[in-house]
Amino acid sequence: MAIDPPSNRLWWKEPIHRIELGWIIIAFLWGLFMFFFMIAWHFIGNQNLSTESYRVLPERYQERVELFAEEHQLLDANGEPVDVDGVPVVSPPPGEDAYLLGRLWEWWPVLELKKGEAYRLHLSSADWQHGFSLQPVNINISVHPGYEQVITLTPTETGEFGIVCNEFCGIGHHTMTGLIRVVE
Amino acid sequence: MTTIDHGPIGLPAANVSYRTCPFTGRRIERNAELLIRANAVAAVVFLAVGGLFGLLVALTRWPAVQLLPAEWFYLVLTGHGANVLLFWIIFFEIAVLYFAATFLLNCRLATPRFAWLAFVLMVVGGVLANYVVLQGDSTVMFTSYPPMMADPLFYLSLILFAVGALIGVMVFFGTLVVAKAEGTYEGSVPLVTFGAVTAAIIAVFTLASGAIILIPTWLWSMGLIAGIDSLMYKLVWWGMGHSSQQINVAAHIAIWYAIAAMVVGAKPLSEKVSRFAFLMYVLFLQLASAHHLLAEPGMSSTWKIVNTSYMMYLAVMGSMLHGLTVPGAVEAAQRRNGFDRGYFDWLTKAPWGNPAFAGMFMSLVMFGFIGGISGVILGTEQLNVLMHNTIYVPGHFHGTVVAGTTLAFMAMTYLVIPIIFRRDIIWPRLARWQPYLFGLGVAGISLFMMGAGTLGVPRRHWDISLIDSIIPYEFASGAYLMMGLNGLSAIVAAAGGLLYVVLVVASVVAGPRLDRPGATLTFPLHKGGAEAVSHYGSAGTLKIPGTIILVAIFFGAFILYYFINWKYLSALWLFN
Repeated sequence: MAIDPPSNRLWWKEPIHRIELGWIIIAFLWGLFMFFFMIAWHFIGNQNLSTESYRVLPERYQERVELFAEEHQLLDANGEPVDVDGVPVVSPPPGEDAYLLGRLWEWWPVLELKKGEAYRLHLSSADWQHGFSLQPVNINISVHPGYEQVITLTPTETGEFGIVCNEFCGIGHHTMTGLIRVVE
Repeated sequence: MTTIDHGPIGLPAANVSYRTCPFTGRRIERNAELLIRANAVAAVVFLAVGGLFGLLVALTRWPAVQLLPAEWFYLVLTGHGANVLLFWIIFFEIAVLYFAATFLLNCRLATPRFAWLAFVLMVVGGVLANYVVLQGDSTVMFTSYPPMMADPLFYLSLILFAVGALIGVMVFFGTLVVAKAEGTYEGSVPLVTFGAVTAAIIAVFTLASGAIILIPTWLWSMGLIAGIDSLMYKLVWWGMGHSSQQINVAAHIAIWYAIAAMVVGAKPLSEKVSRFAFLMYVLFLQLASAHHLLAEPGMSSTWKIVNTSYMMYLAVMGSMLHGLTVPGAVEAAQRRNGFDRGYFDWLTKAPWGNPAFAGMFMSLVMFGFIGGISGVILGTEQLNVLMHNTIYVPGHFHGTVVAGTTLAFMAMTYLVIPIIFRRDIIWPRLARWQPYLFGLGVAGISLFMMGAGTLGVPRRHWDISLIDSIIPYEFASGAYLMMGLNGLSAIVAAAGGLLYVVLVVASVVAGPRLDRPGATLTFPLHKGGAEAVSHYGSAGTLKIPGTIILVAIFFGAFILYYFINWKYLSALWLFN
């Protein structure tokens, strides 16, 4: 029994039964397949998380995001700045950099992007760790203070998409949200 | 040469006293017995506290109930993680290690004083952690990611606990040396002990990782170090956080083999294959800590793929092998026991009324189908983006750690109480239902959390209605339904957990005494197992068609779910 020493002292010389051997081979091949499929997806897939990262001082990142928001602030027909509940709406030019700042407790600013256009989205935090969770698309990325991650993101649908924080960041964690608008 | 053979280590200690177990015929040493009891009792106490915290968490996350205020919710969630994921499980594991090294090897426990020191340190650490968390200024979650800072005593309590556990593991290794030196067993150690050895080896580098990161973090919390890099912390901390779950896997699989042997007389189909599968854990499981860094900045894709695949899924292969060999051993033994008709006679006529067997088999099935498959999906480099930090993650690990480990440990308790505490299980009818009640609840918790996570619900979040936010966002109504069903399941699981605690306490205190001559067990052990089943497996006559069907169903579900998630991923926005 499994609670006794092996009855055959030379247990390592016993032949392996073909059922077990067959399953070892299947499990091994399936493992190899899953391993190579991750590599393959870098070539055949369009959803691979970028590994472009930089070290950055949180204060400097915050300054850059504020500068970006000022530069690309969306204006309405009367030339007035557009906001959502006091948060500025920023519309970066397609193909260029877009910045998003996670801080206690909001994702700042609101971004307006164009469908089908690629943006270099920068993510970092001003204070604690946060979790970028784009809903209902369900793209979830960790955000650290001191590290800036750059993702080339192409929205494929129009509408309003919420950003929720899914890394615990203190007592106001459940109030931390943001917004990405995608237009034609 | 004789002086070497009978060196100091071989000398039996002066105060060693043994008794013979009337049900198994094995020797049990007094110190080993007392220490197994102490660690098992401490485990159950921390399970009771942590389980209560867990119920409060689930009732708060039920949107229609939202029991606790936000501050209390995060506090209780921090306590829930520490109590059940660390204290309950590691105390029980220390008991399992002592059991595997002394009872299974007919040996005394090495250095009982160090074992008591380990116990005291662990109790002090566990109690201190609860005290500090309940003070309210260490609400940092179980993971305590910097730059969020807890009270220095919080880190100190975890360090004390980890040091204690490490000493306990060393006592286990020492006992193996004593057993070898005193010749208390013939040939190789039993498979269950081998599994315990793999758990202990994993425990060493797990606890070392914990020390490596928690000691500087502790110094930082006292102002002696300027800062802790958040990414470095995450990398090393998960060397403890995830690897400690791999101790559980090795330990609970060893328990599956132990219960199968003790209740139905199962013998491993092949010692070589089962031990090889355990060996894969030692070599590759710890790479899994990379699973937690798949959505992080700073790591290359190559690093992620190599680590998260446990080096080409060799550790997953280990688990898949146990998934065949454990039910296969049960089937082969049951066919020997006379249940040889059809494909599933062996399974339908299994001792389902014995809570040890029922708990063990449910643990096996749920660990594989719920915890195992979802774990591989979560740990796939690209697929992780779909569920990272959503409540899918707790859904997954409640499938592994609660449905797998905790249920297996509960099942083992029904054997430990008669053998080690020498008391029979009180109220056998209730005991019969306990694993089903708990198992049903836990299956619900895991599946509904995974469902909610697929709909984007974040983990560790007090209010998914997001009413207090500057910019509101409305989750799908299905998410609310899932969180409600999760709350209901938690009530069922808590009822099963409470029943377990009550049964254990009542049996230990007032169960029928078994130290009298002629006493019999309510849930009998398998009689005369060794001779009856000593030879199948090595010959070519192995017949396990039922297991082959079960494994085929498992593999089909695995492949299907794997590709469903790739399909889902391919529909996301484009990013690279």
